[in-house]
Amino acid sequence: MQTFSFISKTAEETAAWASRLADLLQAGDVLALDGDLGAGKTTLVSGLARRLGVKGQVASPTFTLLRDHEAGERGTALYHFDAYRLSGVDEWYESGFDEYITADGITAIEWAQVIREALPPETISITLERLGANERRITVNWSDARPLHTTIS
Amino acid sequence: MRMTNCKNIAVDRAEPIYILGIETSCDETSAAIVADGRRIVSNVIASQIDLHQSYGGVVPELASRQHVKTILPVIEEAVSLSGLTLAAIDGIAVTAGPGLIGALLVGVSAAKALAFAIERPLIAVNHLAGHIAANYLCDSELEPPFLALVVSGAHAHIVYVQDYSDYSLIARTQDDAAGEVFDKLARAVGLGYPGGPIIEQKAQGGNCKAFPLPHPLIKDSLDFSFSGVKTAALNVLNQAEQLAKKNGQSRREILSDKDFAATVQETIVEILTAHLSQAQKITNARTITLAGGVSANLRLREAVTEMADQIGVKLIVPDIKLCTDNAAMIAAAGYFLWRDGIYSDLSLNATALWELSEI
Repeated sequence: MQTFSFISKTAEETAAWASRLADLLQAGDVLALDGDLGAGKTTLVSGLARRLGVKGQVASPTFTLLRDHEAGERGTALYHFDAYRLSGVDEWYESGFDEYITADGITAIEWAQVIREALPPETISITLERLGANERRITVNWSDARPLHTTIS
Repeated sequence: MRMTNCKNIAVDRAEPIYILGIETSCDETSAAIVADGRRIVSNVIASQIDLHQSYGGVVPELASRQHVKTILPVIEEAVSLSGLTLAAIDGIAVTAGPGLIGALLVGVSAAKALAFAIERPLIAVNHLAGHIAANYLCDSELEPPFLALVVSGAHAHIVYVQDYSDYSLIARTQDDAAGEVFDKLARAVGLGYPGGPIIEQKAQGGNCKAFPLPHPLIKDSLDFSFSGVKTAALNVLNQAEQLAKKNGQSRREILSDKDFAATVQETIVEILTAHLSQAQKITNARTITLAGGVSANLRLREAVTEMADQIGVKLIVPDIKLCTDNAAMIAAAGYFLWRDGIYSDLSLNATALWELSEI
């Protein structure tokens, strides 16, 4: 298990970091995003989406639970979930959402703590902590050995 | 979305065209009958707000189950209140998206079964087009083209309605919806759900300039970004809480719910109004309409009325009860599709992310 942590000073920096993280990702990867309201979870996913070149615009999936972005030129789809309104893993399974995890795209789940038990052990765990108005500590826990240090410019 | 397109042969008959509308995209189960797309014959709405209140928001699976329980009684009541028989219905219009997939499927399945049973056309209606069509029910003279601000718990769109089934998206949110900010902030200050009406009520008599909030602008675009407003408001709340802790006070002594709600509301209203005014300049629309749950907000109505008066355009605002989700607006939108022969077949499926621009 590797743990990697850094401070992001702005929302733009968080999105730019996520773009570099996207270069390390491959189809089948699952990202669990946790952090309070306004911590930057959707911002992070928008950075990922931009780099992956997926179709459709990133927006908060709180209402629809899932925003399904088809693959663009890089050939990888992005499934953007939000578990904020789910009451637990039962709803996750009943909605058939676990099937996306095994599909050939990258899955990013906001408020993943709600459905933690449903996620595979190799899930990339990303926590965003609010340090100040714009400053965030971003911590990544990952069982994979891919070089996370290269995401810092 | 598969659709068949067969132009209706002009029906020359004295009786109106009756469309039965069905809406189950979120937490209201509703069925309605509308005559000629303009007159409500019946409109039955069963709300699930009580059910979801304790969770601070709609719980998707609970919502679907509740829709299954209430959909048939609601349709029966809408037909019975209309005094019509099913044989008098000319078409079945149903919300096919966007919305919660499980919730949408309940309405779509019921509509398909009914259309098959009474042998009438099935019409797939986009939920946002439905919200916009609420205006046809409130102003019998309203005709496209016009500009619509669609704001709800799930949306923040500015749409130019070129024709009854031709929409151009002028602006949308790049992150949170307008109502979502109200919902999340109301929850953050412990005021409950749904956030919109609660924030509006709390805002009364509060200082609407209690603290500064950003008005985020996106380069070369009229798109909205409410996430930054939400984060800035949460920062102010956190600071007040920390200061209160240090001084041994309660947060409310430093920042009252009233002032917090008033400032958040005013900022959202200012942003919506400013973008709408810009959109009017670009499209040169002579009529502006409001739609969606957040358009029930009286402060928003007031600000948009002021803006419309200033630039000299006509403003149409739906009745408050037609702003939130209801099937009458779906039936109204469905009528104009029916008239143009835009039907769906029984393979119709619900689409959680059906963009208005894809119509």
